[in-house]
Amino acid sequence: MKDSFYRRAISFTNARLWLLVHVDILLLGSLLLLIAGGLVILYSASGQDVAMVERQVFRLTVGMLVCLVLAQLPPKYMRRASPALFIFLTILLICVLLFGVGAKGAQRWLALPGGLRFQPSEIMKIVMPMMIAWYFSDKQLPPSFKQIVTVMVLIALPVVLVAKQPDLGTSLLVAVSGVFVLFLAGLGWRYIIGAAALAPIAGYILWQFMREYQRQRVLTFLNPESDPLGSGWNIIQSKTAIGSGGLYGKGFLEGTQAQLDFLPESHTDFIIAVLAEEFGMLGCGVLILAYCLVIARGLYIAANAEDNYARLLAGSLTLTFFVYMFVNIGMVSGILPVVGVPLPLVSYGGTSIITIMATFGILMSVQTHKRAR
Amino acid sequence: MSRRHQNFRNYRQEQRLTQGRVIASAIFVLLMALVLMARLFYLQVVQHELYQTKADDNRVMLVTEPPPRGLIYDRNGLVLADNRPIHSLTVIPERVEDFSKLKQMLSGIVAISDSEWEDFESRLKEYRRPYQSLTLKSQLTDEEWAKVSVDLYRLDGVQVEAQLTRYYPYGEAFAHAIGYVGRITTDDLERVDRLAYQGALFIGKTGIEGFYEKTLFGEAGLSKVEVNARGRIMSELERQNPTPGKDLHLYLDARLQQYAYDLLGDYTGSVVAIDPETGGILALVSKPGFDPNLFVRGISYDDYSALRKSTKLPLFNRALRGGYPPASTIKPFMGLAGLEYGFANWTERYFARGYYQINPDGRRYRDWKRTGHGWIDLERSIIESVDTYYYQLANKMGITPIHNFLSRFGFGRSTLLDLNGDSIGLLPSNEWKKAKYKEPWYPGDSVNVGIGQGFMVATPIQIASATSALASRGHYFYPRMAATIGDKPAEFEEGLGEEHDIVLKDQRNWERMVEAMRKVITDSQGTARRLQGTPYEIAGKTGTGQVFSLQEDQEYDADSLEKRLHDHALFIGFAPADKPKISVFAIFENGGSSSKPADLTKKLFDAYLYDDYPAEYDYLKGNKDEG
Repeated sequence: MKDSFYRRAISFTNARLWLLVHVDILLLGSLLLLIAGGLVILYSASGQDVAMVERQVFRLTVGMLVCLVLAQLPPKYMRRASPALFIFLTILLICVLLFGVGAKGAQRWLALPGGLRFQPSEIMKIVMPMMIAWYFSDKQLPPSFKQIVTVMVLIALPVVLVAKQPDLGTSLLVAVSGVFVLFLAGLGWRYIIGAAALAPIAGYILWQFMREYQRQRVLTFLNPESDPLGSGWNIIQSKTAIGSGGLYGKGFLEGTQAQLDFLPESHTDFIIAVLAEEFGMLGCGVLILAYCLVIARGLYIAANAEDNYARLLAGSLTLTFFVYMFVNIGMVSGILPVVGVPLPLVSYGGTSIITIMATFGILMSVQTHKRAR
Repeated sequence: MSRRHQNFRNYRQEQRLTQGRVIASAIFVLLMALVLMARLFYLQVVQHELYQTKADDNRVMLVTEPPPRGLIYDRNGLVLADNRPIHSLTVIPERVEDFSKLKQMLSGIVAISDSEWEDFESRLKEYRRPYQSLTLKSQLTDEEWAKVSVDLYRLDGVQVEAQLTRYYPYGEAFAHAIGYVGRITTDDLERVDRLAYQGALFIGKTGIEGFYEKTLFGEAGLSKVEVNARGRIMSELERQNPTPGKDLHLYLDARLQQYAYDLLGDYTGSVVAIDPETGGILALVSKPGFDPNLFVRGISYDDYSALRKSTKLPLFNRALRGGYPPASTIKPFMGLAGLEYGFANWTERYFARGYYQINPDGRRYRDWKRTGHGWIDLERSIIESVDTYYYQLANKMGITPIHNFLSRFGFGRSTLLDLNGDSIGLLPSNEWKKAKYKEPWYPGDSVNVGIGQGFMVATPIQIASATSALASRGHYFYPRMAATIGDKPAEFEEGLGEEHDIVLKDQRNWERMVEAMRKVITDSQGTARRLQGTPYEIAGKTGTGQVFSLQEDQEYDADSLEKRLHDHALFIGFAPADKPKISVFAIFENGGSSSKPADLTKKLFDAYLYDDYPAEYDYLKGNKDEG
């Protein structure tokens, strides 16, 4: 009986029906697991604001639709569209700097007719790896030095544009999404080690480009207690929330840091602290495991993709998703500076959910559009 | 275009390369995930207790609840200091968006003076707990209360709070005896437990309210509350109810106090009445007084400067701090001193002329009676208040015996048991003069002290307690206000102002001196003979204290002098003379003749001993059973 259940489960995932609608059931399943968990945390983090949870569900639904629609699109079309998309988005990024709207001293959005707002840098997170993967798609791998330089220039251009908005978090993610393609394409280890050695210098140059509040964030990260009521407040309170949660947590809706508003941005960037406080290390472990399932499936899809373009793109998108998670949890738990990266699919928020779900649409497309062998 | 290179590429190898990188990435992801878990382990397991404490420190706050203040009763159970609910307009600053807008809106509803706003704004700058309300206008009238209540819904952050405030129903006559409570200042907070006074509106400042602050205050309630990040209280975790302050029952008789205050009329002055059997203060009057209720919620600048500027010094507690020459009221004590040290006796006769000279041709120390008193003895020196007798007696004694003897009666030191802020007056001595003036003590100095003038200064409470000791034939009590504290008789620190007997070499001298003082009233030449005709016997002594010194041969002419230069009129007395139940000291500043305090004293005796009060004092009768 056990055997037949297992076989049936296998046959379910391999069902021709799923292939027909271009859905990867394992990826979808692990995503739904993550999303469901995320909504439960959001309910608590929002102060049991059902309306807020409903808005999040709506956004996730839209994201899911985007995902399923993109899944129908064969990777070869994506490949062909890549350079045009890249040029188009780069122009839009320039437009953002010229005519953009925004808040808190940063302009990130383009105003569209009908009161809609659109953030090109978000989409750049997908288009960047598409572009670099397209660049490598007709080249012999591993890349030559000249190719590496070319790619670095291609990466640097939008990254600088995004960083100037200024949006450090997104520019970082845009950069890594491109760099991951380079890595997956077989960037020589000597370059990687060399880059690691040069990182301090790069850090110094980056420092020169930073706005005052960004520098403050880094300084606060290095010593949060220096300004306990000002910029250090967030990180002190999030560490307190996490630490006080202990192994098993204080219980759902019982987190004092979160429920009594000591934890700032508890429903957006710092939502993991709510989970950590109310469900403890155990809850965090389950969440990270859910992420790892999604990432494992993404890397599996990448490894088994049909061609270089699909492999590089799928791999880079998956790794970028991981970086998203890692940077967020890292900053909330105090091992990385606070750079304003949401916890993917869990934090309450607009554009990033759509682009992340689009990512998984592309992965599903890569997995389900392979020519039959 | 890719087809062109197809032949040269090894797709299999490229696939292996990228797949290898994917595997490397997977390992990297796994490692980084483990880094995160390690970090969480560190925070949530290793440092859990630290952060648990931090989280609790965040959310748990101690809030104190001020206890109801103990009440103060007079000897007949009349409430002299009460707690009364009032309605105040308070503001929670955190909830107000725009103060200028609020000011504008409020101006149409209730009159708030500029000084009230200024006061509010200055307190706004001081440290306080978030979401704690601040009083904007205290003691709303019913009309104001109604008006504000109607508009409350559109006044964000504004509320009407009911609070218990201190109320002194009988006002100014009692201000110097009971004292008052006032707004807690930073200085006050240095002396007390800050936490206990966190929610308190006022603290005892003077008088009984000041001295018995700890007793009257009680113990603040303490609750542990859960607050949110903005300091708002969300729930109560633990609670310890406040312990109300203890009630005080005083020896004070409210009717006697008010009566004495009224009997001073338009004069400034002081009256102190003491029960010689207990040392309990029956009346402690300093006139003029002031309305202590002004101070309770913080006195306004205008009110305060009016009190400060008044030439009658209403804020000055004459009963405790007023330094007066005891004048002739010192004579019974001086006589006892002479007897004690063998410089006087009851039989020796002395020819009293109109003046006294230490040396022939020296300065003439004048008697109040120009013609002199002729042949007199010690008793008659009391009856007729013969100055020259005491000039010669003091000259014979010198200052040291005088100083030693009078200090046994409390002169020159603090006599207070449960009041603060008295002055110790001045009982001069050789040493004192040397230190102060770098001059030796001259015989002339003694002469002046002999009639309670010169360097000698005493406060009403000192003279009254000395009189009480005389009345009880030498049983000295430090005068006291509180009879019972809570349910128990008032007890005082051991060794501090304990009652004791003043033992004379010849104890019969007490009775002889009282007899002489009785004759001050009964004798046809007695200086207080106007008090004759009471159904009980009074013993007393008059006094007139010089405000300024007359030249040697200058005649004192009351009519030609400004009132403020008139002599102070003093009287000490007790009754019934054989077994006194009340002793009184009264002084009318610039009262001129001692008939005024003598008459007052007699009326107080009538009232206290025979309940012979004018009917208008019935409201102060109290009800012993209630107390």
